[in-house]
Amino acid sequence: MPALAPTAGGSAVVVSGAAAQRRPRTAYLLLIPGLAWLGIFFVVPLVSLFFTSLQAPTDRAGVYQPAFQVGNYLTALQEYWPVFIKSFIYSGIATVLALVIAYPLAYFIAFRAGRWRALLLVLVVAPFFASFLLRTYAWRTILADEGFITSFFNALHLLPENRILNTPIAVVLGLTYNFLPFMILPLYAALERIDPRLIEAASDLYASPFTGFRKVIWPLSLPGVVAGTLLTFIPASGDYINATLLGAPSDRMVGNAIQTNFLQFRDYPIASALSFILMAIILAVVFVYIRRAGTEDLV
Amino acid sequence: MAATDSVQDLHLVNLVKSFGDFVAVDDLTLTIPAGCGKTTTLRMVAGLEDPTGGQILLGSTDITNEKSYKRHVNTVFQSYALFPHLDIFENVAFGLRRRRIKDVTGPVTQMLDLVELGPMARRKPAQLSGGQQQRVAVARALINQPGVLLLDEPLGALDLKLRRQMQIELKRIQTEVGTTFVHVTHDQEEAMTMADTVAVMNRGRIEQMGPPVEIYELPRTAFVANFLGQSNTVEGSVAGKSGDDLVVSAYGASFTLPSARSTRTDGAILVGVRPEKLAIVASGAAVPDRHNRVTGKVTDASFTGVSTQYLVMTSWGDEWMVFEQNRSADILRPGDEVIVHWAPEHTFGLDVPAAA
Repeated sequence: MPALAPTAGGSAVVVSGAAAQRRPRTAYLLLIPGLAWLGIFFVVPLVSLFFTSLQAPTDRAGVYQPAFQVGNYLTALQEYWPVFIKSFIYSGIATVLALVIAYPLAYFIAFRAGRWRALLLVLVVAPFFASFLLRTYAWRTILADEGFITSFFNALHLLPENRILNTPIAVVLGLTYNFLPFMILPLYAALERIDPRLIEAASDLYASPFTGFRKVIWPLSLPGVVAGTLLTFIPASGDYINATLLGAPSDRMVGNAIQTNFLQFRDYPIASALSFILMAIILAVVFVYIRRAGTEDLV
Repeated sequence: MAATDSVQDLHLVNLVKSFGDFVAVDDLTLTIPAGCGKTTTLRMVAGLEDPTGGQILLGSTDITNEKSYKRHVNTVFQSYALFPHLDIFENVAFGLRRRRIKDVTGPVTQMLDLVELGPMARRKPAQLSGGQQQRVAVARALINQPGVLLLDEPLGALDLKLRRQMQIELKRIQTEVGTTFVHVTHDQEEAMTMADTVAVMNRGRIEQMGPPVEIYELPRTAFVANFLGQSNTVEGSVAGKSGDDLVVSAYGASFTLPSARSTRTDGAILVGVRPEKLAIVASGAAVPDRHNRVTGKVTDASFTGVSTQYLVMTSWGDEWMVFEQNRSADILRPGDEVIVHWAPEHTFGLDVPAAA
C-alpha cells in the first residue's frame, strides 16, 4: 500500500490541476449554506453577547443600557475565579479519566474486535439515543446514598464524605460518562488508520509489545488523542447539567454561574462576560495544547 | 558490515501450521502461488505466527518458542511497513535503538549509503518512491545484522522495470553483507535470477529444493516442471530398460531417457522435456539417431526475433511448445506437418500427479 500511495497522490494532482479552472466558483457556492448558518447562529449571537457583556445597569433591575463597561469582566473574574479553577480541574480530571477508559476500548475495537467492530461502535454511540438529561438523572439513582455502589465503597471506607452523590466525585464521574463517546470515536478513527503490520514490524525490530506501543502506536494515534481530549475537555468545561444534578451547591461550575446570572439574577452583562472569559481561556488552552502536541508534524 | 560471522543456517524441521481444522494451504489452488504457504512459513520464522508443530532452528539454536522481538531474524515486509511518523534515519535506526546500542549515527549512515539513500535520511517514508521505500525496508532490517533476513515478496509492489533493477540491487547487497536471505516470491524468474538455492513450495510443502540450474534442468515433480519455466509432458508407462536407459511407451511412440533422470523405473510415468531443448524439422527430414521424436502439426508460430516459438499439436492431441533459435531463415508455418525431436539426456521422468 505505501508503494501505491505516491502513485495515487500523483494522479490526484493531475486531476485537481484539470479541475482547477472551474473549481473556485462551485466551491464558494457550496460554502454559502454553511457560512449563512455560521453567520446567523454563531457570529450574530456572539457579537450581541459581546455588546451585552459591556452594558451598564439602569435604575430598573434586569434592564441594561449600552455602554463600554470593561469593569464587568473584572467583576466577573473577581467573583468567580475559584469557580473557573474548579471547572477546569473537574473537566481536566474527567478528560484524563475518559482518555484512560477510552484508549484501551478504542484500541480493542480497532485492532481486535474483528466482526464485532460495527456492533461495538453502535454500542459506543448508543447512549446518544437517550436524552443527556435523562441519563444524568439515571446517575443520581446509580450513585444514590443507599445505592449499591456507594454502599460498596463505604464498606471499604474509601469515601471521605461517606457518599458519592452531591460530591465532586459524582460531578467528575458524570462528566466522564457523558463525554466518553467524544473521546472514543476520534481515538478509534485514528487507531483504525494505523496499519497493524506496523505493530509486527516493531516486534520484528526488537520492540517489546510495550515499547512498540510507545514508539509506534501512541505517536501515530496522537491526532486522535488531541481531537478526543479537546472534544471532551471543551464541552465538559462549560457543562452545568452534571454539576446541577450530581453535585452539591458548592460544586457548581462556570456553566452554573453563567446560568444563574442569566436566569436568576438577570445580570446579563456579568453572565456574558463570564461566557467570554470561558471562551478565551479555552481558546488559549487549546492553542497551547495543539502547539505542544505538534499535530502538524504527524501524518 | 563484517557480517560473515553472523551467517547462520536456517533449519525448518517438520514445521506445520494449521488454522482450525484445515491445514493452512490445502484448500488453495496451485495457480495462486501466493497462497501456498510461503508467507505463513516466513511469519513463523519471524515469530509472528506460532507453528502448530515442528521446530525452527537458527544455526543450532531452537528459536521455535522465542518471542519475535527477541529473535535475531529480521523481515522485509511485503508492504514495507515503514513507520510513517519517523524519518528514514529513525526508521533504519529503530532496531538499533531498541537494542540500546549507543552510537547509531555511524551504522545508519553506512547502511543508508549501502542502499544509496544517504541524502534522503531526513525525509518521511511518504516522500519516497516505491523503490526507495523498498530499499529503506531492506536497510532497516539489515542494519541489525540478523542471522537470517526474511523477504516477503519484497518486489511485489514494484513495476517490472524497477523490479529488475531491485533484483540486481538486492543481489549486490546480499553479496556485500553475506547474510542469508530467505526471499519469498511467486515470480519464478526472480527466484532463478536471484537465488543460490530455490525451494519450490506447493500446498504448504517444499516440492523440490536446490540450485536453480539443477531444479530447472531436472525437476522432480510435475508441479515444479510446470511452475519453474515451461515443460512439455506426456503420460506413458515404462516398457523396459536398455542399459542405463528407460524405455517408455506412450500413444504408440517410444521414448528413452536415462534412468537416473527419472523418479520412477516402472509403471505409469510422466515424460517431460523443456521447450528449448526441442528441435523441430519438417516431416520426412532426417532426425539424429537416438533422439526421441514426436510427430505433429504446427498450430502456431510466433517470431520473437531471437527465437521462434511454435505450438505443435501432437498426434494424441496435446499442444507442445518449442523454442527454436533462429539460425536459419526458413520458418515453419501453421499447418505444416513436423517432427519434434530431442536428445534422451534432456528428458526427465516424473511420477504422474494425482488427478488435479
